[in-house]
Amino acid sequence: MASKSSVVTLPAKARARRSVISGRQHLAGYLFIAPWLIGFFLLTLWPILRSFYLSFTEYSLLDDPTWIGLGNYEDIFLNDRIFVQSLKVTFTFVLLSVPLKLFFSLFVAILLNKSIRGISFYRTAIYFPSLIGGSIAVSVLWRNIFDLNGYINHVLSWFGIPAVGWLSNPDTSLLTLVLLNAWQFGSTMVIFLAGLKQIPSDLYESASVDGATRWRRFFHITLPMLSPVMFFNLVLGVIGSFQMFTSAFIITNGGPANSTYMYALFLFEKAFKNYQMGYASALAWILLVIVAALTLLNFALSKYWVYYEAEGGRSK
Amino acid sequence: MMNRAYAKGPMSHLTLTAVSLIMLYPVIWWIGASLKKNTEMGLPSLWPDTPMWDNYIKGWQVTAEYSFTTFFVNTLVMEFWSVLGGVLTSAIVAYGFGRLQFALRGFWFSILLLTMMLPGQVTIVPQYIFYNNLGFVDSYIPLVLPHFFGGGAFFVFLLVQFIRGIPRELDEAAKIDGASVYGIFLRVIFPLIRPALVTVAIFTFIWSWDDFFGQVLYLSSIEKYTVGLGLRMFIDQFEIQWGQLLAMSLLSVLPSVIVFFLAQKHFVEGIATTGIKG
Repeated sequence: MASKSSVVTLPAKARARRSVISGRQHLAGYLFIAPWLIGFFLLTLWPILRSFYLSFTEYSLLDDPTWIGLGNYEDIFLNDRIFVQSLKVTFTFVLLSVPLKLFFSLFVAILLNKSIRGISFYRTAIYFPSLIGGSIAVSVLWRNIFDLNGYINHVLSWFGIPAVGWLSNPDTSLLTLVLLNAWQFGSTMVIFLAGLKQIPSDLYESASVDGATRWRRFFHITLPMLSPVMFFNLVLGVIGSFQMFTSAFIITNGGPANSTYMYALFLFEKAFKNYQMGYASALAWILLVIVAALTLLNFALSKYWVYYEAEGGRSK
Repeated sequence: MMNRAYAKGPMSHLTLTAVSLIMLYPVIWWIGASLKKNTEMGLPSLWPDTPMWDNYIKGWQVTAEYSFTTFFVNTLVMEFWSVLGGVLTSAIVAYGFGRLQFALRGFWFSILLLTMMLPGQVTIVPQYIFYNNLGFVDSYIPLVLPHFFGGGAFFVFLLVQFIRGIPRELDEAAKIDGASVYGIFLRVIFPLIRPALVTVAIFTFIWSWDDFFGQVLYLSSIEKYTVGLGLRMFIDQFEIQWGQLLAMSLLSVLPSVIVFFLAQKHFVEGIATTGIKG
């Protein structure tokens, strides 16, 4: 296992060699990373700084940006009730869908981590919805299934449950989007599966010899060994959920009564429907701060539950 | 492997079949529904009494002027350039990070990892203005160009992990034979990372296909529409023709499905060998 983890960090040999790198080697290195580096400056760093500047301006694409200081931020925090609503919707969505997806994908990954006949068939079947998941086609399917006259209500009627307007009722509309998100757990599951495969089987064998039950093995071997992967999925899951767009756009278009008005949709409409580029940039920066804060919080909390084996115990 | 002790017996097959069915049921229902009339839509029957094959014919010819032939061709052309750009440049960049020594390498690699966590919305407004000023809005350039800059941080990271798993002795041997760093990349590393590159290609294909946000943003004239945008035309109609819409939606996911099945073996290997465990 030690060799595996050293693959991830810089090898010690490489560090020692650094002092004798020639100019040509530097040049070669920069030549190879040039595509990414140019893209980073052009399409990432400059836009971030530019949107920071724009967030203090009023800008409609037609005229030059006009400096208005903190005007956009004041409007957003003091007057914009839609902002508060979209934050509420987005946080609810993240809080419901991230744990649901993690739990479900871990459960399925454990089911699939077996050497039984036909396992690749099951793997494909279960991965399938995720394969097509992000596409507008699936949003269309979802919209149809949860329609008032849709499939779900018909099935419920067999059990005498009256039809629910899943998408037209503000209390249930967000739930349908959460379910859609959970249905597409495939890539999270694949990463869990890769993590499970890296747990050395002798750990389980010696635990079995010691008489550990299945549950004990799960809680004392699988979960700790898997915690770095869990952490990876959690961090990316939170960031991804904050940017949910297509399903809210296609299935409910933010409605009814703004109950699914996700932050990404709000930002999109401000920028590209109303052409309030400055206002949208301020929204983007607020999103960046929120996501960064949550990510840092995740990293800070990780030392209490993420187990890194290379350090021989809980990380400090 | 590890679970062999309790993997035996019909229980696992039963659970797995149940989970597979739950996952696939909406898809199975979808196939039947694509052949239904609007009035039959809500019925839970999987198959309509009289299948409306017409849904596929009428749906394909969505407007008098444009059919899905145009949209599929558009999307596939866009995909070709995106995948080409992503595969080529991610391999080049990953070799730089994975094998070469140069000043500030660690710093740039951390920046690369950081950009993976950056919400796309933060850069979208200035990017749009940038493309707009260059006259690239309503073209495929904003959708394709980013793939030529390393193909995305996630792919570079994936390939770097893969490259670090390749024994350095191979590089050393090639060096003794007189190969330069460029020669080593072309003749040693590039051929060896092919399985991982297949993963990059599949993901690039599927994610570009599904990048509805970018397509809505940058494409406005119908003759340039992608398949996803073609589907949206149905939703904007006064009365949605569900049968036609579901039929075309079903066709729209076929390319991703085909690509996935053709390359499935490499795909799982590519992921499993990256040592993503951290």
